[in-house]
Amino acid sequence: MSVQTWTFVLVGFSFALYIGIAIWSRASSTKEFYIAGGGVSPLANGMATAADWMSAASFISMAGLISFRGYDGSVYLMGWTGGYVLLALLLAPYLRKFGAYTVPDFVGDRYYSQTARIVAVVCAIFISFTYVAGQMRGVGIVFGRFLEVPIETGVLIGMCIVFFYAVLGGMKGITYTQVAQYCVLIFAYLVPAIFLSLMITGNPIPQIGLGGIDQESGMFLLDRLNGLHSELGFASYTSGEKSTTDIFFITAALMAGTAGLPHVIIRFYTVPKVKDARISVGWALLFIAILYTTAPAIAVFARTNLLNTVSEQSYSEMPEWFTTWESTGLISFQDHNQDGLIQFVGPEAQTANGNPIANELTIDPDIMVLANPEISGLPNWVIALVAAGALAAALSTAAGLLMVVSSAVSHDLLKKSLLPEITERGELIAARVSAGLAVGVAGYLGINPPGFVAEVVAFAFGLAAASFFPAIILGIFSKRMNRYGAVSGMIAGITFTAGYIIYFKFINPSLNTQDHWWFGISPEGIGTLGMLLNLIVATTISQLTPAPPERVVALIDHMRMPSSPGE
Amino acid sequence: MTQHSIDKITIQRAQYWRKNIQYLLALLLVWFIGSYLTGIVFVDVLNQFRIPGTGFPLGFWFAQQGSIYIFVILIFVYVFLMNNLDKEFGVLEVDES
Repeated sequence: MSVQTWTFVLVGFSFALYIGIAIWSRASSTKEFYIAGGGVSPLANGMATAADWMSAASFISMAGLISFRGYDGSVYLMGWTGGYVLLALLLAPYLRKFGAYTVPDFVGDRYYSQTARIVAVVCAIFISFTYVAGQMRGVGIVFGRFLEVPIETGVLIGMCIVFFYAVLGGMKGITYTQVAQYCVLIFAYLVPAIFLSLMITGNPIPQIGLGGIDQESGMFLLDRLNGLHSELGFASYTSGEKSTTDIFFITAALMAGTAGLPHVIIRFYTVPKVKDARISVGWALLFIAILYTTAPAIAVFARTNLLNTVSEQSYSEMPEWFTTWESTGLISFQDHNQDGLIQFVGPEAQTANGNPIANELTIDPDIMVLANPEISGLPNWVIALVAAGALAAALSTAAGLLMVVSSAVSHDLLKKSLLPEITERGELIAARVSAGLAVGVAGYLGINPPGFVAEVVAFAFGLAAASFFPAIILGIFSKRMNRYGAVSGMIAGITFTAGYIIYFKFINPSLNTQDHWWFGISPEGIGTLGMLLNLIVATTISQLTPAPPERVVALIDHMRMPSSPGE
Repeated sequence: MTQHSIDKITIQRAQYWRKNIQYLLALLLVWFIGSYLTGIVFVDVLNQFRIPGTGFPLGFWFAQQGSIYIFVILIFVYVFLMNNLDKEFGVLEVDES
């Protein structure tokens, strides 16, 4: 069977499965719609969290980025997993005990303030839409490349599927679909990795193969890759180019951002008990780690294969995958020296007599995971499986994000602010309508992506790190923290972080170099400084203003233990 | 409830919370060493060594593999410690169903 037929079969089968689950798990109350009735088992919630968290960025882009950046790509690996330690130790169990429905709900109740709630609603909606645009874009690319339908049609199909289970099932539908999506995506990620590891190193476990011996040259794989890199004038794969300060700050911003992302936090409201919330984060990280420890192996396999396939080879004899991707514009070749061969080289490349060599090949890192099975000549069904996995990753994250938008509107904006008299039935209808509208907006963003999806993702993490993360931590660990401190801290953190990113990314992109950054911190890492600023402002202001009322202090006591002693 | 038993509960709360904070600090210290120090700050120093029998420079391995394993283990250790602490203080949750 051809790749396309296989893709139709596998994608069609997985979509049918998601729809079936959606029908089986319809939500009938707001509690079911917002937090799946609070009765999800910790293991299932861990899987759902893993699928919720691992987006098109994790599945499609991450290994490609690592493949092109080598050691510098470690920021994503450490940043996007280390945040779960913070989540487990500092947030999840307390938030579960507090028993809110949404993140703004916690902020509003803990800081006894509608202003705090509204600031949180705005942040939650902004962060989620930023993120969802990227997911829909991923869906469009996969459809466009593998099913050869226009990107618009691809996005529309994706929207229909998400609309179906998010609007019908709410959190309950999303949770059980995400469990299925995790299984699809992890299988799709591991199969080609195991194939490649066997082919290149003779060891079926990619995590071990990465440190193993390259069958072809008899050298350690990493040594061989470093050798190829220095031959072709690229920076060393295992040491990278970014400054230590920048790596440090980016990693910290990604960690704090991960722990502060509302769609991840709300997943821990869905389990029955505090104890379940704790272990559930453990399962989530374990399931995530399976993909995240495989990614650096895929990155190295893909890089080695790519260099072997294209370097100094004749352009006219390139295999089929090369031309198919070329037609999407994600690979481009320009024969500067007219020799008909591909020179794929780094900035340091020189000829034997010291003349610089021009690079002739541009490859978008996003295609590495998708093209990898083709480059290595794996069977057609594996190529199709990767497409189905990428769709599962994108759709599961999109659904979780849409849930945040919908509940922020129906619960925090309507029920808790504008229309407190609204009935349970009315709120449920409002939640469904806002979920539907959110799907529409997300689809629009996917078809007409703002040209800066990659830039805005830095935004989402920076803002989550500078707003929610410190506000929630202080709300749990400081009894003295009051509404004045929390609100001014959040506003200071957001304004600073947003200002820095907007300045370097949109107003003056030409100045976006290490020489102009403050303390050598890039816009990707500035959320860390924003978070520190938030902590300082919040602590100072709260010391100068009245302490929170008695009932809030009692609430904090209540939140800090799974149950009261003597009960 | 008598004044005496209220005082006792307040003391128990404070003890439980202090123990919790101690666990957090210890675990976060490992978290920091296992990622920021090994994988970022001292990565070049550690890269001079190799994991025996493999092609991994040590610092690179921590940054792309080891730190993630450490994170997973830390969370399970935390769960174990806190479950015991809950038992010790008799603050396990009762089944609602």
